[in-house]
Amino acid sequence: MAATTATTYEPTKEDFEFLAGRDITTDQNFASQSYWKGVAIHFLRDKRAMIGFGIVLVIIIFAIFGPIFSSYSYRDIVSYVDESGKEVVARGIAPQLGLGGDGPFADRMFLFGTDDLGRDLWTRTWQGARVSLIIAFVTIFIDMIIGMSYGLISGYFGGAVDNIMQRIVEVANSVPRLVIVSVLAIFMPKGMGLVIVALLLTEWIGMSKIARAEMLRIKEQEYVLASRTLGAHSMHIIFKQILPNTIGPIITQMMFSIPTAIFTEAFLSFVGVGIMLPQCSIGSLIESGFNNITTLPYQILPPIIVLALQMLGFNFIGDGFREALAPKLEDM
Amino acid sequence: MAKYILKRIGLAVATLLLIIFVLFVLVRIMPGNPFPSERMSAEQIANKRAEMGLDDPILVQFGRYMVNLAHGDFGKGTSLYYGAPITTVLTTCIFNSFRIGGLAILMGTTVGLILGITAALNKGHFLDHFCTVFSILGVCVPGYVFLIFLQYFFSYKMSVFPYFFDASRFLYSSILPALSLSLFTMSTVARFTRNEMVEVMDSDYVHLAESKGMYGSKLVTRHILRNALIPIVTVLAPLVVDLLTGALVIEKIYGINGIGKLMVDAIAGEGVDYNYVLALGILYSALYIGIMLVVDLLYGVLDPRIRVSAKEGDA
Repeated sequence: MAATTATTYEPTKEDFEFLAGRDITTDQNFASQSYWKGVAIHFLRDKRAMIGFGIVLVIIIFAIFGPIFSSYSYRDIVSYVDESGKEVVARGIAPQLGLGGDGPFADRMFLFGTDDLGRDLWTRTWQGARVSLIIAFVTIFIDMIIGMSYGLISGYFGGAVDNIMQRIVEVANSVPRLVIVSVLAIFMPKGMGLVIVALLLTEWIGMSKIARAEMLRIKEQEYVLASRTLGAHSMHIIFKQILPNTIGPIITQMMFSIPTAIFTEAFLSFVGVGIMLPQCSIGSLIESGFNNITTLPYQILPPIIVLALQMLGFNFIGDGFREALAPKLEDM
Repeated sequence: MAKYILKRIGLAVATLLLIIFVLFVLVRIMPGNPFPSERMSAEQIANKRAEMGLDDPILVQFGRYMVNLAHGDFGKGTSLYYGAPITTVLTTCIFNSFRIGGLAILMGTTVGLILGITAALNKGHFLDHFCTVFSILGVCVPGYVFLIFLQYFFSYKMSVFPYFFDASRFLYSSILPALSLSLFTMSTVARFTRNEMVEVMDSDYVHLAESKGMYGSKLVTRHILRNALIPIVTVLAPLVVDLLTGALVIEKIYGINGIGKLMVDAIAGEGVDYNYVLALGILYSALYIGIMLVVDLLYGVLDPRIRVSAKEGDA
């Protein structure tokens, strides 16, 4: 029968395409990458995080260079002596570019105007931003070190050590920050030191809780057991081997603590126990703006906008970092 | 459960006592003297110290203080409202603060919940985006800044609301401070409610309930909201306390005679008034611990699993 004469097809060389130059051995779609590279890529792709990063960067740049390149000092009153020997002070000038016009200071540039005493607000605002950023970074960094060590040690040793250390945290956590500030106000002079110490005493607690939770998650893993079996010292295991694996959530917590620190500083300075004259901070600028709001309403805007942008920026970065560290499936 | 509650209450009371003790010792061992010394001679100060029993051993002083405290007596201020018993001053202040704080909590949670629920139900639509922007704004701009603006526009420019707080027209004059006080809570509650609801709405058991034909408000209240509420209560608890501490600036701006303003007067003036610091410290700590206790117990009501594990594990 002819039906059975179906021929088997012999593939020829022309049927195949030579994939020269294309790397077919590596799986591009599911390529393995290091954890931190993945985090970085995810973070860089996150629009919100990048916006936050940009905002923070701009504010930091202005806070560093704003006061340096300004022709005024943040603490000096702008004034000159006119022909008749009378001193003319640049009091309460609305924002102007200095393009000329009427008035004794028409040719001077005051981007944010001047305050009720005649100081340039552009310089003062960035000086204030500088002060609050310095306070935030310094305190949060120290708090991270304290909180992280405390939490890691407490979590690692467990048992009675953990029990005692956690009771201390509980008590420390039950004291409202305001109470700490008020007791500190008895012992310390008001000023930047008071703000820093108050933040140091409160902000480490959150950090230690996160570090402890991470420690409890990690310490049962095999590599810790292996290390311990090989005779490694506890401190070596905690700080050299486990710490690098807990750093992600701790950095996230830091990013959220920085706005808290900025907020606290602004709030304490506003109330009058924070930054003292002639120094200025965002909080004290808002306070002086508030005191003069009926006569010089534009004064309050620059420090408020800078404060809001700082909060926004750090919150966005924190959010982005948190998502980059533990991406949910839907975000991939 | 009863054992768990008792244990939890006992722990809270012990913590509070410890804090009172530490506060008392800290305030009493401080250097210098508690009186505005330039107005008093050395002899007067010595008399005053003896009158107040400041030269006794610290434990004796503490015992006396605790006995007085048990009778509701906080002593007298050393420089602030000279001579008036702290308890009297404190009662008025607490009354004002709590009414405004309570109003703010009420407004913050209800509006926040409604906003969060509508946003979650309209995920991806205009209301959702509005909720997101609103909650970002509320978290980034402190409440007192809102109050400054509200006060400037509505009181100073338009004269719709009073410029300062007036206890005789309580509700009318507390709208602005309560509103600005509640903004942070409102935005936080809205954001958390939205995120939690979106998460819960995507879970298997909600899909099951839907496939069984359940819909509308019954599904939302019985199945979705109840599970979404647990994390919300967690974030709400510290916020409730913050409403009292955040009220500090708001009370200062709006001239409200509350505990926040009292605290500012006690620490930010010329001299620090130790007795007021002590009394307010105890009050704040007691509030804080009390609210944390309530929240802990509330978990058990909201989440049966915690109730069960508390019974079994005797946590």
